[in-house]
Amino acid sequence: MSTFVEYAISALLVIGGAFTLIGAIGLARLPDFFTRLHGPTKATTLGVGAIMLSSVVYFSSAGHGIGISEILITVFLLMTAPVSANMLAKAAMHMGVKPMENTRGNPWEQ
Amino acid sequence: MLDRLSFPQPWLSLILFTTWQFLSEGISGASVVMGLLLAWLIPQITRGFWPERPAFIKPWRMPMYLLILLWDIVVASFSVARLILSPRKPRPVFVSYPLQVEHPLAISILASTISLTPGTVSADVSDDQKLLLIHTLDAEDDQSVIDAIHNRYEKPLLEMFR
Repeated sequence: MSTFVEYAISALLVIGGAFTLIGAIGLARLPDFFTRLHGPTKATTLGVGAIMLSSVVYFSSAGHGIGISEILITVFLLMTAPVSANMLAKAAMHMGVKPMENTRGNPWEQ
Repeated sequence: MLDRLSFPQPWLSLILFTTWQFLSEGISGASVVMGLLLAWLIPQITRGFWPERPAFIKPWRMPMYLLILLWDIVVASFSVARLILSPRKPRPVFVSYPLQVEHPLAISILASTISLTPGTVSADVSDDQKLLLIHTLDAEDDQSVIDAIHNRYEKPLLEMFR
């Protein structure tokens, strides 16, 4: 494995880890339920994407063929993350969770 | 009886079959048999959830749409990361987005897109499928959010599902 590939893999791992960490910090720091929803759903999108990409690069350069299963895992994650975020938001609205004070606009009643 | 043995969603069956071949270690007799079984079984079980045949008019536009979406995810992730790490408070807004797409599949693709791009989560669709409730993490005003989503995502979807 060439040095360049190793640097690329390390960079992708650091980027993925950093975004996952920022997502976790967001979960702790943001003020109310609805804003907290943004942290973890977004960390999956880019953080996991970068980690998966590094795995694809590693296994294809190590001569195991291109890692199609990693790409499929990423696709599955990207397809399921919005659905779970949507269900969480819907459940919160149903239970009447209060948004933070300076939120403009109101969730509907229906 | 024949209906039970058919493939109600041929494209879905094809996607399921190819996905299964990629997931199993190399194509073998067993993986082909299992793939065929899944390609038949899953559409049969889920056929009640598909209200009508998906009406894709221009499916070749989809790759371009996905590329734009990937790029936006990367760009917007950085802005949300900056917001989380900066000391100022976010300015969240609940936006009621007037939907122009009408096909249920198009609406769910749009809602998923909105949830995937950082900073916005789609929370609910109104019962008449005319309004989409979006929670935005940080926005100056409603209209800029609505315009951004309309120009970037809804217009290509309108083209695809017309």
